[in-house]
Amino acid sequence: MNNDLQAALSALVERFDAEVQEFRGQTTLVIAPEHIANACQVLRDEFDFNFLEEETAVDYWPEQEPRFHVVYQLYSLEKHLRLGVRVPVSGKSPSLPSLVDLFANANWREREIWDMFGIRFEGHPDLRRILMPHDWQGHPLRKDYPLGYEEVQFSFNAKEIDQDKPYAEE
Amino acid sequence: MGIEQKVGDMGAVTMRLDQAVNWARTYAMWPMLVGLACCAIEMMAGQGARYDMSRFGMELMRATPRQSDLMIISGRVTRKMAPVLRLLYDQMPSPKWVLSMGDCASCGGIFNNYAIVQGVDEIMPVDVYVAGCPPRPEALVHGILTLHEKVRGETLKTWA
Repeated sequence: MNNDLQAALSALVERFDAEVQEFRGQTTLVIAPEHIANACQVLRDEFDFNFLEEETAVDYWPEQEPRFHVVYQLYSLEKHLRLGVRVPVSGKSPSLPSLVDLFANANWREREIWDMFGIRFEGHPDLRRILMPHDWQGHPLRKDYPLGYEEVQFSFNAKEIDQDKPYAEE
Repeated sequence: MGIEQKVGDMGAVTMRLDQAVNWARTYAMWPMLVGLACCAIEMMAGQGARYDMSRFGMELMRATPRQSDLMIISGRVTRKMAPVLRLLYDQMPSPKWVLSMGDCASCGGIFNNYAIVQGVDEIMPVDVYVAGCPPRPEALVHGILTLHEKVRGETLKTWA
């Protein structure tokens, strides 16, 4: 493994009690939610991971507890190194510190995670829905959100479903 | 054959008013560019040289709703785009017609989920539905001709 990457990994393991996972040349660090802001600051300032490539979340309900993993992909532009960071977040009023003051492109990414998963980000200047309409209830990409939207019409139930469907008259 | 036989010596032709108005409306119906998704590619192909829609009066596609008569909704309508489409429909001056092209605009298509409006007739009244995923340009032309037949069937009582 690259020396700079190795140095970054050992520093983070030592300071923040991170766990290193490697799979086919990709490294991932698993960090607890309390340390994530400091860890990303250290990665950006001391080890030059200055580009937040991706920030998403995954829902592992009901198999795993804690339920959500928030995944960050960091990239170092000068050294061409990639690092993934995972933060397990529990399902009861999930919240994480926002990375907007470290990486400016985290703004819309965190809005999307709030919209789709319901994970709040403290310190975010403008946390509102970005993909769904602003008065939508529910967080669609959670695993307990219903998968379909309306019942499929076959010939035997076509008339009943048709009566409840909203049709615009004018 | 032609109009010279019917015109006669005086140079006048008689027809009913609604026939004349409907003839004018069908042969100069300009669609609005609401190409949302993949069906828009087939609509563009229909407007191109091989399946020419200009021969049916759709000479060009207006991007502005104020100058168009027909709204061909081609493609998936998302929940976020729905109020925008309704605004465009409201901005069109009447007489206006709506043609819902493809499965996603007619009934939600294969996307039965939270993000896609299940049929654009939830937000606006539709005159003709064209099925297909995507419908071939010839199917779209057939839909347009069906709309022309519908327009020719309109009478003075329906306008007033």
